[in-house]
Amino acid sequence: MSSEVISQLDIDRTRGDFHYPESHAFDAGVGLNHATIDYIANVKSEPDWIREFRHKALDVFLSKPMPTNWASEDLNNIIFEKIRYYLSNAQHPTRSWEEVPDDVKRTFERLGIPEQERKFLAGVEAQFDSEAVYSNMKKALGDQGVIFVGSTEGLKEHPEIFRKWFGKVIPTGDNKFSALNSAVFSGGSFIYVPPGVKLKHPLQAYFRINAENFGQFERTLIIADEGSEVMYMEGCTAPKFETATLHSAVVELVAMKGAKIQYVTVQNWSANVFNLVTKRAIAHEEAEVKWIDCNIGSRLTMKYPGVVLKGRKARGEVLSIALANNGQHQDTGAKMIHAADETTSNIISKSISIGKGRATYRGLVHIPKHLKGCKNNTECDALLINSNSRTDTYPAITVRGSGNSVQHEASVSQVSAEQIFYMQQRGLSEAQAMSLSVNGFVNDLVREFPMEYSVELKRLIDLEMEGSVG
Amino acid sequence: MSLIIKNLHARVVGGQTILNGLNLEIEKGRIHAVMGPNGSGKSTLSKVIAGHPDYEVTAGDILMDGKSILGMEPDARSRAGLFLAFQYPMEIPGVSNANFIRAALSARLAEGEELEATEYYADLYEQMDRLEIPRNFTSRSVNDGFSGGEKKRNEVLQMAMLKPTYAILDETDSGLDIDALKIVSAGVNALRSPDFGALVITHYQRLLDYITPDYVHVLVGGKIVHSGGPELALELESKGYDWIREEMAEPALA
Repeated sequence: MSSEVISQLDIDRTRGDFHYPESHAFDAGVGLNHATIDYIANVKSEPDWIREFRHKALDVFLSKPMPTNWASEDLNNIIFEKIRYYLSNAQHPTRSWEEVPDDVKRTFERLGIPEQERKFLAGVEAQFDSEAVYSNMKKALGDQGVIFVGSTEGLKEHPEIFRKWFGKVIPTGDNKFSALNSAVFSGGSFIYVPPGVKLKHPLQAYFRINAENFGQFERTLIIADEGSEVMYMEGCTAPKFETATLHSAVVELVAMKGAKIQYVTVQNWSANVFNLVTKRAIAHEEAEVKWIDCNIGSRLTMKYPGVVLKGRKARGEVLSIALANNGQHQDTGAKMIHAADETTSNIISKSISIGKGRATYRGLVHIPKHLKGCKNNTECDALLINSNSRTDTYPAITVRGSGNSVQHEASVSQVSAEQIFYMQQRGLSEAQAMSLSVNGFVNDLVREFPMEYSVELKRLIDLEMEGSVG
Repeated sequence: MSLIIKNLHARVVGGQTILNGLNLEIEKGRIHAVMGPNGSGKSTLSKVIAGHPDYEVTAGDILMDGKSILGMEPDARSRAGLFLAFQYPMEIPGVSNANFIRAALSARLAEGEELEATEYYADLYEQMDRLEIPRNFTSRSVNDGFSGGEKKRNEVLQMAMLKPTYAILDETDSGLDIDALKIVSAGVNALRSPDFGALVITHYQRLLDYITPDYVHVLVGGKIVHSGGPELALELESKGYDWIREEMAEPALA
């Protein structure tokens, strides 16, 4: 992109906050009913079983109440009749950036995606509103039998694997938003890693919302076959709009015997996005699933990645960081369902509340009576920056039977005005001082992250702090 | 060139007045000591100069090399060359000393400029050696779990790294045993130069045995009531502050 073009755009310091004028060849219109479902299924030329799956899911969605008996009342401010559920220009992602339409390509170039792909990624999928515009994987991986495609291509081209697991980890009726996603899903990744194949470099998906009053509903299914290893990374941004935007994904992971899946999320939603995501994994015998979840931005995020520890000696881990700035609510946590002997789980959650930002931790650890040798460790730390902040912790730990052990630690600390003054006296601005405190607070956790993402996270924290100082 | 405190009146924001027309000039190349009884305003003076948000200046001015700093944020004052060694240094969990000092130095660079890592560590290690600070200090969190003596050494280390033009040392001697006191004092003395002025605030004469001031001032009731040479500190040590209070009372009666 030439510098001349850049200078014509309204550029905010925040890298994701820009958008180009929209024009969509395919638009399901505003509102949601059975005709919307048919529109989506027709446009995508989907097989009948998926069309039926969608219609049933819509009925489940409509029949379920908003979970405001335990969750935020703010959910009532989502006006489903005003949202657009499907927007795209084409049905097939290209395999090269040259073929991606210019305006869309510019968007991803500004977000640095092609550059990252060249540097350290094994494959990239870039989704723009409802559909992936670009999808590519290193050829060597394809030769080894690795599949990395969009969900539509997955269900059409690889039904024998797709149908076996799709909707099995997270059933349609799991919650209101998993039902919504099941009705209108589009985009997201389908990944299959054959037995024994270990991917050295991560696969990445980037989800970009460009349209106003829009809902993005990607659907991701990752299957790591016996003894294989894969790391998947997702990034998300949207520009700031006046009205609410909805992002409601469903992510299902299946780790077969001895497989390892690492799923990394670094989201940086703008403050108008409702981010309501269901993420869960099944870990078979001796498999390992690790969720690394960094939630920055959004108006309300509700997300509790989980692992069902189904096979003996399976291991699940959730490392999460949530940053709730003024006017934001990060309602996050983790679920660990122990369903076999000698399964272990580890949850480390760090939340930061700034100004009137609110952070909520919800944890569920379940170890039934008949199991032996199960272990869970949960650590929950909250950092408050200024006195209006609010943090809540709702741990729910049910451990029955003997021979299982659970550890739970929680702490709340505060960045005081005196600490900020001390750092300012050394020459750091107020924003830099806050940023340094936050980075210090998450430091021991971030060390566990892949390098590229810890750098990205630090950059996002810096930006967020700059924005929070008046 | 000097740091001039001119007829300074200051109070806790919306509260009690603590400084009542304080005058003091700290020239480059000189070390001034301020002593005074508890509650006389010593720590308030240091915080007001550094721009602590809990205090407001109601009259007077503070000039650094001729320019008023009252409108400047604390960080801008720091970058302009002012350093405060805190009486109670803050802990910053998770932030290593090496990163903290590097961030402070980087904040002084122009946009786009970067600190040269090798040079930075060479300088850091040299200053640490001078203060007899072990190498594993760099990876420890700032003041987190430090003893009183370690915190004070860290203040002097930061000062040596940031190379301020004017430094205020607020009761840097408190909490130090005699060996630590000697090391810290040697660290301050090493900074003495024609381009460095310091204000040493202390409760005890003891510190001034090691950091010999050019001038000693007595602060009572929020203003300087008596000034003299280094011998004044010894006099205060043996006679206490009462004779000064009496001296003050007399001219007021006359």
